[in-house]
Amino acid sequence: MAKSNPSEQPLLSVEDLHVTYDTPTGRVRAVSGVSFELGREKLGIVGESGSGKSQTGRAILGLIATGGLVRARRLAFKGTDLLTANQRTWRRIRGSGISMIMQDPKYSLNPVMTVGSQIQEAFRVHSKASKKEARARTLDMLRAVKIREPERVYKSYPHEVSGGMGQRIMIAMMMIPEPDIIIADEPTSALDVTVQLQVLAVLDDMIRTRGMGLIFISHDLNLIASFCDRILVMYGGKVVEQIAAADLDNAKHPYTRGLLNCLPSLDGGQDDLPVLKRDPTWLETPGTTA
Amino acid sequence: MIDIRGLDVVFGHGRHTFHAVRDVSLTVQRGQSFGLVGESGSGKTTVLRALAGLLNRVARVSGEMTVADETLLQHRSKQFRRRVQMVFQDPFGSLHPRHTVDTILAEPARVHRLDRINERVVNSLEEVGLDASFRFRYPHQISGGQRQRVSIARALITDPDIILLDEPTSALDVSVQAEVLNLLMRLKREHGLTYILVSHNLAVIAHMCEALTVMQNGAVVETMSVQQLRDHNPTRPYTRQLMTASLGYDRAAIDAFEEFD
Repeated sequence: MAKSNPSEQPLLSVEDLHVTYDTPTGRVRAVSGVSFELGREKLGIVGESGSGKSQTGRAILGLIATGGLVRARRLAFKGTDLLTANQRTWRRIRGSGISMIMQDPKYSLNPVMTVGSQIQEAFRVHSKASKKEARARTLDMLRAVKIREPERVYKSYPHEVSGGMGQRIMIAMMMIPEPDIIIADEPTSALDVTVQLQVLAVLDDMIRTRGMGLIFISHDLNLIASFCDRILVMYGGKVVEQIAAADLDNAKHPYTRGLLNCLPSLDGGQDDLPVLKRDPTWLETPGTTA
Repeated sequence: MIDIRGLDVVFGHGRHTFHAVRDVSLTVQRGQSFGLVGESGSGKTTVLRALAGLLNRVARVSGEMTVADETLLQHRSKQFRRRVQMVFQDPFGSLHPRHTVDTILAEPARVHRLDRINERVVNSLEEVGLDASFRFRYPHQISGGQRQRVSIARALITDPDIILLDEPTSALDVSVQAEVLNLLMRLKREHGLTYILVSHNLAVIAHMCEALTVMQNGAVVETMSVQQLRDHNPTRPYTRQLMTASLGYDRAAIDAFEEFD
């Protein structure tokens, strides 16, 4: 298993995680039996819609909607058991321990608060800093995410900034309490490809310099393969394959291979793309464990 | 087959004018798949909508457009509306939620007073790989990929020569995207269709098209053959950067990115 420092205890350990919803039409198993550990690394979770990748990310932060049931043999952040955590423990962990970057800054930023006040709120909740200090830290943070005129952006409202800038603001807000783990759920899927890469570069640099762990959730296998160190491939609520990003070309599971093959490529011809054939036995076999 | 000369599209008036498309010209041969690629706001979809005649009431459209020797006027002829069909990005937004697949497919046939409507509905469903059991379902009862197949079947029912495809697969999972792209390729071969395909995804364009135009800020950056794209040999720096970006995350390359205005 690839970890930056094997002697260190993992930042996060997930063992046999299940998320189920009871609906009038029966029980829906969104996640069934996911296990992995996260060190100070970039871990990618890839899968198609309905594979349970987002539910896995949300379960880690205790953000499963009412009606959903989370079960696991173990779910621990730096030794703290998250399954039995009370609200006070959760408040301590969310933001300053683990934080989350959502897909669309338009919906996840508060539309009636200026950018600056939202970011400094995130900082002041987790520290006893003065207003003046929080403001200075916020401006530093805006500079760190490569926003050119931090003073102007500080005073603007979310609707006044572009999508790429909105996502940088989200990153600044999530980074300012200095968490150990960032969960990024499709953080750049709504952005144009060049802007997407620039935002990821900002995230990458910060994670590297601060020695954090990242869980990067995306449907884009190419992007995950080039951005992350290690990849979990999810299908039908299970991890069907776990592989180092560099070895992706040697993936063994037919689903991973199918996903790789069905992508059109710049250099490829115009022959029919191989179509993914889903095998029901993929859902029966227990997922791989980390 | 399709010839667009000096197309300009302006939205709004006075202080609020927005020049969405500036002096765009392009030529598409019969039987060709032609790609229009660009980032959001580049005007690629606007060009497509202007050609389809969907903008005449909301924007000022100027320039010359010819489709198969028919010069397009402000008002599109019925013949044009039969021979040019469109498939939109979001199959949820483009299919009537309270109409069954059968009603959705039969409507264009009825509008164009075609005969044997029943037979046409069944045939077009079959063409897109859906069996007759889909006929009496509603859009919310079928998957995203199936909905996009229904959109394609609806486009096929008037027996068109040209289909305008606006990001037809960007709302779909990659495995479903592969199926829909294969379907579009097969239909093109079997019916001798001409496509204009709008996409932000260079790989999809490279897979589907013979030639493409790259747009940025409403204007054409360059027009090139798909071979040039496959050889990674575009002439303009903007296209080169777009291509580098679509190859995946490369920390070193990102620092070299420029802003293009």
